[in-house]
Amino acid sequence: MLKLLKKICEVGIITEQFNLNDTTDIEFIGKSCRKLINKYFASSLAIRMVDAGSCNGCELEIQALNNPFYDIERFGIHFVASPRHADMLLVTGPVAKHMEAALKATYAAMPKSNLVVAVGNCGVNGGEFGVSYASLGAVSNIIPVDFTIEGCPPTPAKLLTGIMQAIGNRNV
Amino acid sequence: MNITCNDWRHEFALKLAPENILLQEQNVSILTIQADAWQSASKTAITFNCRFAAIWAKEVNQNFQLNIPLELNGKYLLLRTEIPIAKPEIASWANIYPAANRPERHTHDMFGVIFLDHPDCKRWTRHQAWSETEYPLRKNFSPNNPAIEKETPPDVDYPFFKLDGSGVCEVPVGPVHAGIIEPGHFRFQIAGEDVLNLEERFGYVHKGIEKLSENMEIKSLIRLAGRVSGDSTVAYAWATCQACENAINIEPPKRALFIRAIMSERERVANHLGDIGAICNDVGFAFAYYQFSRLKELWLRLNAEIFQHRFMMDCITFGGVKQDLTTNDIGKMHQEIADFKQELIELFAIIENSESLQDRLKTTGILTQEIAEKIGAVGYVGRASNCDYDLRRDAPYLPYDELSIKVPIFQEGDVAARLKVRAKEIMVSLELINELLNTLPATELQFNYTGSFKNCEGIGLIEAWRGELLVYVSFDENGKIDRYYPRDPSWLNWPALEQLIHGNIVPDFPVCNKSINCSYSGHDL
Repeated sequence: MLKLLKKICEVGIITEQFNLNDTTDIEFIGKSCRKLINKYFASSLAIRMVDAGSCNGCELEIQALNNPFYDIERFGIHFVASPRHADMLLVTGPVAKHMEAALKATYAAMPKSNLVVAVGNCGVNGGEFGVSYASLGAVSNIIPVDFTIEGCPPTPAKLLTGIMQAIGNRNV
Repeated sequence: MNITCNDWRHEFALKLAPENILLQEQNVSILTIQADAWQSASKTAITFNCRFAAIWAKEVNQNFQLNIPLELNGKYLLLRTEIPIAKPEIASWANIYPAANRPERHTHDMFGVIFLDHPDCKRWTRHQAWSETEYPLRKNFSPNNPAIEKETPPDVDYPFFKLDGSGVCEVPVGPVHAGIIEPGHFRFQIAGEDVLNLEERFGYVHKGIEKLSENMEIKSLIRLAGRVSGDSTVAYAWATCQACENAINIEPPKRALFIRAIMSERERVANHLGDIGAICNDVGFAFAYYQFSRLKELWLRLNAEIFQHRFMMDCITFGGVKQDLTTNDIGKMHQEIADFKQELIELFAIIENSESLQDRLKTTGILTQEIAEKIGAVGYVGRASNCDYDLRRDAPYLPYDELSIKVPIFQEGDVAARLKVRAKEIMVSLELINELLNTLPATELQFNYTGSFKNCEGIGLIEAWRGELLVYVSFDENGKIDRYYPRDPSWLNWPALEQLIHGNIVPDFPVCNKSINCSYSGHDL
């Protein structure tokens, strides 16, 4: 037990203050989004994530948002198990035909005032898989999409920026 | 008869002794037999104690060619036969080899091959996206059929196993799961908290990869291969390149092979780190989750720095690798490994000595050696149940033929053992990366092949982080892809979950599932 506590103290808080070199400053977006989240989502934005046919690459990077470096919860954003609790639907693709009904049902179970974000090149435009006997391609072919985050897969930093931009876009 | 093997395969061929035997030596020997000898071949295989590795079909003129690779003592024998498309019937292997069950059903759904006396011939890969009488991998099936406008209904009438009795409940889980993971369906029958039966139902992320690969150029195929299962992108790219390289008998330069191995070991370490944290988190030990996800993030960041991609996607090319390692890169990796070793020794000791954690992991989800062998479990799932097999040591491919590989083995077969195997494998991989970096040969990075790929075929076999990954590639008369079949280790390990869950409680299902962590995308294709 002491060793465990020692390790926790030694490592300390490693969550990063973002100052990315590109044009978007996550810390800045995060703070302004925090205001919007406080105002419109009662201080917390709940995300339901659905893999509609992804290769699992995007999922690994979305999972990374919960690691101590990115710690997405500090912005009031967290992942939930039920679409009924969700303000945002994060969908990776391409949408496999076998997932069409499940994706539609998840979307239908959400509260009306929701945001849908398509993640990854496959979710955005079908990527490597396109449209075929088994794949429906982009998420927007199935449900209305408010915002897209490209990448194969998008990095956690890119995901974080995208999620925040999606919130910002909605209420500006 | 042309026999070139001096091991069990020679005896096997003699024992089967049909006419028209032909054995060729690549990394895998091929034995062509008559279709009516298919069933007796399965019996011979089990008496030899061979491991069933896969089954796939391929359309050849008016016939379906069926292929089953068998493994024993690290040697592979590919059994092959042909049946007419007009009457596509063949004996099933599934009664003798349970591992053949789902792959045969996949072959039925995709080609329409009928497996006689199959013990459970329900559809597998097919849901409702195409009809019972359509077979997507037949050459006359158009990949764009049916149109996007047609809505695909959910597969609600799949005939699940039923169980009645007082107090017995059925719990359907999925396809959309609670966490940030891939979709699949689990159907439980429970009494109180005890799991009486679990039936898996997959195919939700079927994207038509096998069909999509038809007529592709080799470059596009390798790009696609890197996206069959994103967590194993290096493994897929390597195995696919290896299959193509074997098809035309070339060998990439040594330095390229070393860099491939470095990337492959880095992929193994990244996934093991993430999963060890996640397994602990599934029983509420959040400390390990944060520590291991921190280490994984650092590891991925160095990947991004050196290889320009956190998962090293598209870094392996046909005949070589995309980029070289600089002295600076090598130094950084050495330094990182030194730091990680120290931290991991410390963290593994904490895991090992945390009694409340071990209490949850030990004796949970036991896969006995007997069942593991019967279903042909591979990778860390097999190795935690005393199935001592690792391609890197037992069927070494370049450059592992020059290295000595330690393979951690445990007997217990529980979640704790699977975690320990992976912890030890991380340490082995760290040593291996050091060794590979220290002995990096100074050669070219790319074999420049200008010949053709006409009418050739090859098999790629590597030890991916999940276990044996087998890839078959064949080219047509125009040098385009004729058939691509990657068999993810998950085909062999998913059935383990149905077995090891017996006697466990429903709340332990997530940790049991995480401890085998099979791929959905790699399995559903």
